[in-house]
Amino acid sequence: MTQTTAESTARKQRAQIRVRTLRTDRWWLAPAFTFAGLLLFLIYGVWATFDGSYFSNPYIAPFASPCLATSCPEGAQLFGFTPFGDWYQLPPGILILGLPGGFRLTCYYYRKAYYRSFWLSPPACAVAEPHGRYTGETRLPLILQNIHRYFFYFAVFIALVLAYDAGLALVNKPAGLGTWILIVNAVLILCYTFGCHSCRHITAGRLNHFSKHPLRYKAWTFVSKLNAKHQRYAWASLFSVMLADLYVRLVAKGVINFPFA
Amino acid sequence: MGYKAKFRVWRGEGGEGKLEDFTVEVNEGEVVLDVIHRLQATQAPDLAVRWNCKAGKCGSCSMEINGKPRLGCMTRMSTFSEDETITVTPLRTFPVIKDLVTDVSFNYQKAREIPSFTPPADVKPGEFRMQQVDVERSQEFRKCIECFMCQNVCHVIRDHEENKPNFAGPRYLMRIAELDMHPYDVAERKESAQEAHGLGYCNITKCCTEVCPEHIKITDNALIPMKERVVDRKYDPLVWLGSKIFKRQR
Repeated sequence: MTQTTAESTARKQRAQIRVRTLRTDRWWLAPAFTFAGLLLFLIYGVWATFDGSYFSNPYIAPFASPCLATSCPEGAQLFGFTPFGDWYQLPPGILILGLPGGFRLTCYYYRKAYYRSFWLSPPACAVAEPHGRYTGETRLPLILQNIHRYFFYFAVFIALVLAYDAGLALVNKPAGLGTWILIVNAVLILCYTFGCHSCRHITAGRLNHFSKHPLRYKAWTFVSKLNAKHQRYAWASLFSVMLADLYVRLVAKGVINFPFA
Repeated sequence: MGYKAKFRVWRGEGGEGKLEDFTVEVNEGEVVLDVIHRLQATQAPDLAVRWNCKAGKCGSCSMEINGKPRLGCMTRMSTFSEDETITVTPLRTFPVIKDLVTDVSFNYQKAREIPSFTPPADVKPGEFRMQQVDVERSQEFRKCIECFMCQNVCHVIRDHEENKPNFAGPRYLMRIAELDMHPYDVAERKESAQEAHGLGYCNITKCCTEVCPEHIKITDNALIPMKERVVDRKYDPLVWLGSKIFKRQR
């Protein structure tokens, strides 16, 4: 096959319009908001990882759950399961954050979001990208995006743990504002996780004969409904997990101390 | 009520040309293609534009209006303000023949590279039996009118001419997905989607879905499911192991 370059004869046969885009709408607004939202989350995530106030009985901050280090307070531990010995002295959040982080990083929606807003590839539809060469997800490192489904398996576990944390808070402090914040967060995280494209594929997307697997087809139909709102759940759960985490930390620090906190 | 609209239209042959300014009458209820036709009738009789059905079903009048790929016949003039200058150019990804008419033969070449529907050898015509739920999934993809706006907007080839030989584009990756999901198709599609048709180039930024006039969910229902099927085949050791243990067809 003939390889052509950007300045090849074939390229010159296209309309030679020397501007990046002729769009007249505010196409830069969506990538700018996305950039700001994701950057805020990254900054908060780094701060939260190293912040020590992550537990205020019965609330545990989502960024630190499940708490797997021996240094975790007893109430914060998941069934007393602390596989890491006394040697581990770093913040416990570091042990698990890579799993939900990897899930979001390789998520099909977030890929669109950061390819557009951080890598400008492309910044918006019909707006030229600034890169001279493009290989997409055909080679390292971006070919690793294909491990998304493994992060999904871990994300299901984390989502269930967050739901368990919320349930525990409900049992111990049903009138607490924190309880309901954790519940809303858990529901949004579950909707985001089970609306994932990999989940949709695993339930029945990989099949060609839906009619031979009616239960899997039903599951696929349900997941497809969540999947249609995946972007919405991605953002809602991103902010809910950040707000829930911040709330618990502020309670743990004593900044929030009203009676029904 | 009619008004005079300001239009900038690309005029030229091959890649050479320029945007020319026109002031042209617009009447209530008209679409951009109507105004282009009025330009032809009153000011620029040699203006080339491809069109056919004027009903958004033939995909002929694809063009870029204010920088966005649109069907000329489906873009209402009422969506623009009266003092706005409307810029009309040909599709930017394909060679220009004249004015707004481009050579879209790249797409026909890509269509020919995809092996056609391949039923099992032991199923004779007339013996196919499919349930509605199995048919529905691929029927969505058959709404495609081949306007090639998804091919045009895809940055993989729009911004990188050098990728054209290795990338089939969203329209034809969707065709591969349609065939791969077909209960009676037995041809190998997953490996070739990745290796020969460039599925890995797609970074799912969804512009194809955004511009589709038939509102086909190209990315969510075709490209991503196809990527997941490729993962089954090429990148997932558990699926490979399962297929060996349970002697499952992959």
